[in-house]
Amino acid sequence: MSEKTLGAQPLPEVKALTRRTPAGRRIRLGPTLLTGLLLLGLVVFVAITAPLLTPYDPLEQRFNEAFLPPFSAGHILGTDNFGRDIWSRIAYSTRLDLQIGLLSVVFPFLFGSLVGITTGYLGGKLDTILMRVVDVLMAFPFLVLVIAIMSILGPGLTNLYIAVGVVGWIPYTRITRGEALAARHLEYVLAARTIGCSSARIMLRHILPNVIAPALIYVFTGMVLAILTGATLSFLGLGPQPPTPEWGAMIAEGRQFLLLAWWMTTLPGLALLVVGVALSLIGDGLAEDRGR
Amino acid sequence: MGRAAYIRRRLILMVFVLFGVTVVIFGMVRILPGDPAFLILGDRATDQKAAELREQLGLNRPVLEQYWLFVSGFARGDMGQSLLYRQPVGELVLSRVPVSLALAAYAMALAAVITLTFGIVAAVNKGRWPDQLIRVGFLFALTTPNFWFGILLILLFGLTLHWFPVAGFGETLPQHIWYLFLPALTLALQLSAVLIRNLRGQIILTLRSDYVRTARAKGLSELVVLLRHVLRNALLSTVTIFGLQFGFLVGGTIVVETVFALPGTGQLLIQSIAARDYPVVQAITVVSAVLVIVVNLAVDLSYSFLDPRVTYE
Repeated sequence: MSEKTLGAQPLPEVKALTRRTPAGRRIRLGPTLLTGLLLLGLVVFVAITAPLLTPYDPLEQRFNEAFLPPFSAGHILGTDNFGRDIWSRIAYSTRLDLQIGLLSVVFPFLFGSLVGITTGYLGGKLDTILMRVVDVLMAFPFLVLVIAIMSILGPGLTNLYIAVGVVGWIPYTRITRGEALAARHLEYVLAARTIGCSSARIMLRHILPNVIAPALIYVFTGMVLAILTGATLSFLGLGPQPPTPEWGAMIAEGRQFLLLAWWMTTLPGLALLVVGVALSLIGDGLAEDRGR
Repeated sequence: MGRAAYIRRRLILMVFVLFGVTVVIFGMVRILPGDPAFLILGDRATDQKAAELREQLGLNRPVLEQYWLFVSGFARGDMGQSLLYRQPVGELVLSRVPVSLALAAYAMALAAVITLTFGIVAAVNKGRWPDQLIRVGFLFALTTPNFWFGILLILLFGLTLHWFPVAGFGETLPQHIWYLFLPALTLALQLSAVLIRNLRGQIILTLRSDYVRTARAKGLSELVVLLRHVLRNALLSTVTIFGLQFGFLVGGTIVVETVFALPGTGQLLIQSIAARDYPVVQAITVVSAVLVIVVNLAVDLSYSFLDPRVTYE
C-alpha cells in the first residue's frame, strides 16, 4: 500500500513514533570493529585457556633459571628474577586484568545510566542537585581521587573496584542524561505519556532503549580506563599484592632490572597495549557505525 | 548575559564546588570504615598513642568544629603538621609544587606543538596514508600505559643512548629543560592523542565552510588560509577538550614523577600514602582539585577572547 492511495494527506512520520529506532538496527562489521573484535577474541582465548597454553605455574620460582632471555629453551618469553616464566605470568594476568576491566564498569554503567535517565527525564531539583554533585566530583583529577580513596581503604582488588566506581559512573550519567533530556520532548515519549504510561515505564521501556547505545559504546572506553588505572595502581603498589601476576606489578618489578632483563618490563606492557587497542578499536568501530 | 555577569556566576559556582571539594575530602577519612588514628599508626599501635594522635589531629572534637578547623586552616594556609617530615604541610607541599607545575607546563607546550603539527597534517591529508598513519600511531599512544612508556624512554634514550638523564630535576634552567624532556614527552604524547582526534575533525569541518572558499577565491595561499582562517576557528573546541583533560594531566604527573624520580607533589603523594601521612595526602588532594577548577574556569573564560562571537548562556 502506497501513500498515494490514501489521498493527499501524507502519513504521519512513523519512525518518530516507534521505540528503538537506532538501537534495533544491525551493527555493520567495519574494518575497525572487526580488527578490535578479533584482537579481543585472541585475548579472551588466552585468558580462558591459560593453563593449556603454558606448562608453568605463574608463581613457581626456579632460581637456577632466573633472567633467561626470550626464546630460551622452554621459556618463549624468558624468565624473571625469580626464574618464573614470563609468558605464563602474562597469560594468567590476562584473566585478572580482563576481570578488572569488566567488573570496574558494571556498577558504574548500571548506576550511572539509571541516574542519568531518571534525572534527565524528571528534571527539577533532583537534576540540579545531581549536577552539582557531578561538578564537585569532576573537580578532582580522576587518578588523584582514586589514589586518595585507595590510601584509606588499603590496597587490593575490591577496594580498587570501589575507588574506580566512586567516580566511574559520572560519564554514563552525563551521556544518558543529555540524551534523556532531549528525548523528553520527542513524539514517542509524548505519545507514551498521552496513553497514560507511568514515568517509570516511560523511562525504562521507552527512553532507556533509545538512549543506552552511546552509554554502551562508552563502556569500552571505560574498560580501557579501568584496566590502565588498575595497572597504574598496581605499578604504584596500591593494587593486587605480589606475587599475584598483574601486568602493572610485573612492569614495576622489572624496573630494577632494566638493563639486565629488558623483557621483564617490556613484554607485560605490550600485553596491556594489545588489550587497550582491542577495546578502543571496538569502541571506535561502534561509534563510527552509529555516526554513519 | 554579558561577560561580567557570566564571570560572576562562574565564580559563585566555583565557591560552591570548592565547598563540596572540602566536604568530600574531610568526609572521606571519617565516613570510610576504620579509625583514622589506627589507619595512620598501623594496627599494632597502643591505645595511648592513638589517643594522643587523635588529640593532635583534633579528631576528638565535634564534627562541625573539626570541619571548621579544617577549612579555616586551609584558608590561612595552615594545613597541619606532616607526620612523616615533622614540618608544616603547607610548606612541604608548596616546596614541591614548582616541579610539578613545570612538568605540566612543559608537557602542555610539547602537546601543543605535537597536536598542531599532526592534527593539521592529518586533516589536510584526510583519508590518505599520512592520516591513517597518524591515526594508528596515536591510537597506540592513547592506550599505552604512561608509566610503561616512560620506562621505555628511559631504557632507550637514557640507559642505552645516554642522550638524556634518567632521573632528577637538575639545578639550572637549561638543565631543567633537559632533565624534564622525557617526562614531559611521556605526558604530552598521551595528551595529544586525545587532542589530535578532535582538532583533525574540526579542521575538516571548517575547511568545508563558505568563508574558507571565499578566502581561497580571493587568492590567499593555502598556508595562510589554513593558519589564519581555519585554525582559529577549529582550535576553539580543542581548547575545551584540553580543559577537560587537565585532570588527567595532573593524574599523569603523579605517575611520571614516580617513574622519573622527580621531586614533585606526585612523588610526595605516593611517599605520604606509603607512610600513612594523611594530612599531606589531604592537602595534595585539595591543591590538585583547586588547580583543576581554576584551569577549567580559565578555559571557559578564554573563549570570549578566542572568539568574540561567543555569548554566554
